[in-house]
Amino acid sequence: MERNLFKYIWHHSRREQVGILLLVAISLPFYFLSLNLPKQIVNQGIIDGYDLIGQAPEEQQRSLFSIDSIFGLGGEDGLFEGFLLNPYAYLLALCVVFLSLVMVNGGFKFFVNTFKGQLGERMLRRLRFELTDRVLRFPIPFIRRMKQAEVATMIKDEVEPLGGFIGDAFVTPAFLGGQALTAMLFIMVQNLWLGLVAAAIVLFQAILIPKLRRRILDLGRQRQLTARKLAGRVAEIVDGAVEIQAHDTTNYERADMTKRLGEIYDIRFEIFQRKFFVKFLNNLLSQFTPFIFYSAGGVLVISGRLDVGALVAVIAAYKDLPGPIKELIDWDQRRNDVQIKYDQVIDQFQPPMIIAPELQDPGQDSGPTLAGKIEVNSLTLEDDNNTKLVEGVSFDCDVGDHVAIVGPSGSGKDHLSMMLSGLIPPTSGGVKIGGRNLHDLPSAVTGRRLSYIGPNTYFFPVSVRDNLLFGLKHRPLREAEYDSEGKTQRAAHVAEALRAGNSDLDYEADWVEYAAAGASGPDEINVRMIQILKDVGLEDDIYRLGLSGTIDADAHPEVAQGILLARSALSDRLASEDAEDLVVRFDPGAYNRNATLAENLLFGTPTNPIYATDALAQNPLMLQVLKEKGLTDVLLDMGYSIAKTMVEIFADLPSGHPFFEQFSFIEADDLPEFTALIARGEKSGRAALNETEQGLLLNLPFKYIEERHRLGLIDPEVERKLVEGRQRFSELLLDQDPGAVAFYRPESYNAAASIQDNILFGRLVYGQAQAAETIGRVMSELLEELGLRQRVIEAGLDFNVGIAGSRLSIVQRQKLGFARCLLKQPDVLIVNEAAAGMDSSTQTKLLETVLHQRRGKGVLWTLQHPRSAELFDHVLVMRAGRVAEQGSFAELTQPGSALSALLAAE
Amino acid sequence: MSIEQEVEILRNIPLFANVEPAKLKLMAFASERMMFKPGQVLCSQGDPGDSAFILIDGKANVEVDTPEGPLTVATMERNDIIGEIAILCDVPRTATVIAESDLVTLKVTKDLFFRMVTDFPEMGVEVMRVLAHRLEATTAQLMAARAGNA
Repeated sequence: MERNLFKYIWHHSRREQVGILLLVAISLPFYFLSLNLPKQIVNQGIIDGYDLIGQAPEEQQRSLFSIDSIFGLGGEDGLFEGFLLNPYAYLLALCVVFLSLVMVNGGFKFFVNTFKGQLGERMLRRLRFELTDRVLRFPIPFIRRMKQAEVATMIKDEVEPLGGFIGDAFVTPAFLGGQALTAMLFIMVQNLWLGLVAAAIVLFQAILIPKLRRRILDLGRQRQLTARKLAGRVAEIVDGAVEIQAHDTTNYERADMTKRLGEIYDIRFEIFQRKFFVKFLNNLLSQFTPFIFYSAGGVLVISGRLDVGALVAVIAAYKDLPGPIKELIDWDQRRNDVQIKYDQVIDQFQPPMIIAPELQDPGQDSGPTLAGKIEVNSLTLEDDNNTKLVEGVSFDCDVGDHVAIVGPSGSGKDHLSMMLSGLIPPTSGGVKIGGRNLHDLPSAVTGRRLSYIGPNTYFFPVSVRDNLLFGLKHRPLREAEYDSEGKTQRAAHVAEALRAGNSDLDYEADWVEYAAAGASGPDEINVRMIQILKDVGLEDDIYRLGLSGTIDADAHPEVAQGILLARSALSDRLASEDAEDLVVRFDPGAYNRNATLAENLLFGTPTNPIYATDALAQNPLMLQVLKEKGLTDVLLDMGYSIAKTMVEIFADLPSGHPFFEQFSFIEADDLPEFTALIARGEKSGRAALNETEQGLLLNLPFKYIEERHRLGLIDPEVERKLVEGRQRFSELLLDQDPGAVAFYRPESYNAAASIQDNILFGRLVYGQAQAAETIGRVMSELLEELGLRQRVIEAGLDFNVGIAGSRLSIVQRQKLGFARCLLKQPDVLIVNEAAAGMDSSTQTKLLETVLHQRRGKGVLWTLQHPRSAELFDHVLVMRAGRVAEQGSFAELTQPGSALSALLAAE
Repeated sequence: MSIEQEVEILRNIPLFANVEPAKLKLMAFASERMMFKPGQVLCSQGDPGDSAFILIDGKANVEVDTPEGPLTVATMERNDIIGEIAILCDVPRTATVIAESDLVTLKVTKDLFFRMVTDFPEMGVEVMRVLAHRLEATTAQLMAARAGNA
């Protein structure tokens, strides 16, 4: 990247900068005119007008806008005589001209500023894009050493001020300099001496201030570095949270934070001190000049060597002078500042080597299927200290061979597999595939024809489906569909993106290369994905995720219909197994003793959080229902009973005891409050409690489940009242807040509830042995019979895996990683201990399935267990960075071989 | 059946006879009531044990595997505890327990059981007493068996 910020800006925005400069140049004459006018108004408009007003009307007429008068030069050249006006009209006309000039100047300023802003934003966009582009082209070993929080800070925050400055880079000195020069020139024209004094002071300012500011800049640089490191440390605290808490080092971290923040404070405080001193000095000097103008200029006026109008104009002009000068000095300061920032950012984005942009060109094609031989020739990798991690590894095999790489950890086998996938460039030696050098191949080949999966596969926080399809999104293949307005917008976005050097590829387009996965389109790819999930043993997991997921019933009415069939078939099926007592279905006219009281009242799934169980005691609509149906007291009594029981049974437990979290209706911290409340209630009765206390009690019963908590609070009479309340609530809600709760209706699909809940349409009965297992099995059978299993899995594909896949288990993540690689059907699959989290029988099963799937297609697998090498055509035994031996498993298991030693050690 | 009734039942079990009602209530509240139908298995011999069952109502048969097939060695009734050995000393289930009639139990998890014993030492003492009684009875049986063989 260009190291000099000005060259960088000039290179990318030459035309726009020149445009702005021209605009500024055009604006300057108007600015000059607006400076001259006050003098004209005072001298000719007011003073001369006062003299003329006593004379005969025809004598009062004067001409305005003759060419010479505009520039205040005196003398007649007769080009334009101007308009003849009386003194009042003359004065008014001059004032109107003044006003219009102010407006014209304002207009220029507006245009210039807008233009500058646009330019700055464009350049900022370009810079951020370029930096990200570089990150995408960093070799893996380099990127591994970067702290992600620091990179993010640099791209997001540190270049931000650059955007503001870029628009000003050339214009500001030109515009402000022009303004200052014009003002200076004007003062000089009025009176040379006054002008010289003003110039001297300005010069003094211009030399002294930057000198004082040098230290501030230096401090600014330190501030940036410390702040960036702080961001890195904060990220470390988050990433290392487990270790920090597990080793009780939080206070060590606090001390470190304190030290860092202290350094930053010191730096910032010194900056402020110096900054305000400079400001103080600057202001003092600026005020010094008017002092000279008033005193010396006044003397000149009194002695008749300068007219009053000129002095007023000089003072007015000078008022405009410190502004530009100060801004110019500011500009210079910012220039230094952003150059430092730019340098520091650029420094971090200059790796010793970077992947050539051509290799990642979206126009590159993956070419024909790889064929022939993989030839590895004295492949060597050294780390920063020139230690050889892999040394002189040579072997060859066919592209379609299954090769196992085994060895103890630290034997270089993982580095070898990363080099074989082209992710790490070797220090020397090379890999040839079908006669072509791997490291010269574009990523279109290495990333599509080869597929690498390592021990820590990363997942993006999107759905399972999108994570699977991720490996197929190399370039946009089918344009997104836009309406005519969308098309225009898209065209504008592309044009703007190109102006800022961004990519013109459409993120919204369909990027998925279905053909690479052996599918013709979106429908077939679903089938492929599910097949592969089955192969890697993840199908059941995804099915379960699907059961607890939701579907869009409007988009898939046939699925919703099918699930309703399963719902109605469930009762009969359970009855046939003599298990109908495992579920109590939802019945609009009956209380469900296995559901919470809240669920019984809502009789639906809340879609708005103000109807969530925890919020119901504060929900006005619910309170109204309780009041109308005489339920408030019923619920308060229940709350009182619950509180009393909780206080009784949890009284002796220390706060923080896990039972509170598991079983209590009341949090440990609130227990003393409830203890006091109950004590008062026992003394003077529940009704005597005040409103706040009643509010506390009312919160409790909503979570109550009669069958589970067994406090005997819900008798048939209460049930009847609650069902009435349920009906009233639905009436009120439909009237006042329709859609906030998706009601349970026996005949319709509830899109807000999970598939599982839609089939069950009720609650499992508490305390029935094997209930969950039986229901799960029956549901699964029903879905299978109705042909819906696949649709449920598809719903499971919509499950969001969370940040870095954290909502999946390690084993699920590793299996999903395999699925992603297998889906794109690479010519060579490179596996680097990617099954390490699985137990050995799962590993073996996966290994066998994958190898079976990929008969005739290449696999290079770095194995955790050397025993598994038996399944491969060719085995490479690594030791201390070198190939200790290679050959078939049978050849290598002779007594005394390195492989035998490894097997014995297992 | 409400929690109050469960507490009454727990109080009739020797192991809990001397434990304060409030603590029994906590135990009842924190335990799951579990119902079994005739023929359903409470626990299988050889499986790891994670909970004990207190029989509230019904009968269950205790079977052990023998070379000649399963052999019923005991029938458990109301107020009996099943499976406490496995949660006390981390051994696999020593027998299979099958519901003979409709069975109502209170399922006490290992975690809950240990917490109760840790938090309320008097319960631990009770457990010791019951186990000591049982040991004494087993020893007596053993002596009798030896005397018979001799």
